[in-house]
Amino acid sequence: MAGHSHFSPANVEEHFEFSSEGKKRIIIAFIAGLVALALGIYLLSKGESGGHEVAAAGHEAANAGHEATNAAEHLSGGAASHQAKAEEHYDWTNRIWANVWLNAVFFTGISVIGMFFVSLQYLSKAGWSSVIKRVPEAFPKFLYYSLPILLAVFFFKGDVIFHWMHHGVTEVGSENYDKIIAGKAGYLNKNFFMARLVVFGALWIILWNMLRKKSIEEDLVGGTEIFTKLVRLGVAFIVIFGASSSMFAWDWVMSIDTHWFSTMFGWYMFSSWHVTGLAIITLTILLLKDKGYMAYVNENHLHDLGKFMFAFSIFWSYVWFSQFLLIYYANFPEETIYFLERWEGHNKIYKTSEVLNIFFNFFFPFLVLMTRDAKRTSIFLKIACFFIISGHYIDFYQMIMPGVLGKHGGYGLVEFGMLTVFSSAFIYVVSNELTKASLVAKNHPFLPEALHHDI
Amino acid sequence: MSSTTNYILGVYDDEDEVLHAVSEIKAKGIKIEEVFTPFPIHGLDTALGHPRTRLPIAAFMFGCLGLVCAQALINYTMVFDWPMIIGGKDFFALPDWIPITFEGTVLFTAFGLVTTFCISNGLYPGKEVEVLDVRITDDRFVMAINLDKNKVGAADITKALKDSGAVEVNVK
Repeated sequence: MAGHSHFSPANVEEHFEFSSEGKKRIIIAFIAGLVALALGIYLLSKGESGGHEVAAAGHEAANAGHEATNAAEHLSGGAASHQAKAEEHYDWTNRIWANVWLNAVFFTGISVIGMFFVSLQYLSKAGWSSVIKRVPEAFPKFLYYSLPILLAVFFFKGDVIFHWMHHGVTEVGSENYDKIIAGKAGYLNKNFFMARLVVFGALWIILWNMLRKKSIEEDLVGGTEIFTKLVRLGVAFIVIFGASSSMFAWDWVMSIDTHWFSTMFGWYMFSSWHVTGLAIITLTILLLKDKGYMAYVNENHLHDLGKFMFAFSIFWSYVWFSQFLLIYYANFPEETIYFLERWEGHNKIYKTSEVLNIFFNFFFPFLVLMTRDAKRTSIFLKIACFFIISGHYIDFYQMIMPGVLGKHGGYGLVEFGMLTVFSSAFIYVVSNELTKASLVAKNHPFLPEALHHDI
Repeated sequence: MSSTTNYILGVYDDEDEVLHAVSEIKAKGIKIEEVFTPFPIHGLDTALGHPRTRLPIAAFMFGCLGLVCAQALINYTMVFDWPMIIGGKDFFALPDWIPITFEGTVLFTAFGLVTTFCISNGLYPGKEVEVLDVRITDDRFVMAINLDKNKVGAADITKALKDSGAVEVNVK
């Protein structure tokens, strides 16, 4: 075919070298993140957030949002009084734990989407993706770190994050007793929560290990037998992930606002994870290509990745908007409080990020990636990746922070430091995992098809 | 095709051969009008060197038009002409209108695009189908060369087609 080089699968094996220079840079970034974090924590302990937290400027704070919030709370079982109690118990260290939780959830999602992407390719028996599948395949390694962090934060500091873990909320007669939360206690209790996290987290890791092992074995053995087994593994993972991703969305994020619920939340969080994962896969491939690796990945494969990001940005917008529109239209106080809190509540500190959320995750990717040429050009893809990744960090921030921190939230050194620490750790772990196998699955039965991909 | 146009048709029975023939024929300075195939052949568009279609630009324009028209209609009816309070919302209740705006955008894009496609290809309802060779919907690949647009003579073109692997050459 004109313009395409011919590779024979035997000579495409290629190994990523994680240079000591690269390692050093990532470690420096990690340390810089730690320093920023420590400085942020120091400022927090002194009562200066370093962000734009508005020092509760007294009674002016009782703006329209708060009034509406209070009116809403009367209807939703007196949660306002609980919120008020939570504020009384506010401790400056809460912000640190909220940030750990936010980043752990965000990066767990990105890691597991690597596994989901590969499984989906096997499930649909897609050919084009066999040249890039080693990149997402390396992501779930980070689950070894992020899942234990989630478990530890929940075990030791769960009551900081989750309203339903506050002392006495389910005990009749306690001054903290909350009828609505007590009604949910069959699902939302400490032991069952941890059991879900451990069982499904372990299943994710075990299935990924099996897939990774088989996939590397295929490089040595060849043939189509392993491919068939991998298809079955992919199907098994998708079934488990379908249930567990929704469940973890309720557990890890939705239950923060315990009184509130949305039947779309599982999809909403999955779509956010998915599009971020796709953007990180694309960005990793583009950066590897910049370093001279993966020359066999051409603009046709990039085009497909671009279409994925474009489509799932719109999917996220669709889910986000569907959730918003139903609540807005029905106008039930116990439902609208979720958006009121993010729009007008808490001295409006979350309003800017709510606006950025829509622009970064819908308008910008939609306009940047619309044309065919943009999806085939490295720089446009990188711009879109930047918007999607930072946009969905903001999205998760919006899901978690208002419920955990309320008016004490903000963007400051703690947020910046924690994100830097987590992302450099993620880059280090994934880069290290990438070195452990050839960057191209050289005996994948569909590899010749992928090498001749032309769209 | 009007009766004044003269075509030389090279008929091939293999997709790889027709793909290679395209570059061979072009190398001899012969302009190829079009290649008709029963199924898409990867790389054929690139080999023929056809310019990319501008339909996506039209699609974007029609989409913008649909967006504006949908917004104009809702604004006129719901805000200007006969304002009504629905569900206690403002007259200008933008979130409620997004589904309709979306539908308007899609509707205009779809109809506009089909219409543009038909006009640019000279298609209309009831048009008599002109097929150069009926076997292009079955198992033959036909390369059409317009004699009037070529400086090369008919005999040379016929020879070039035969040389490139055409199983038969017809004049139409």
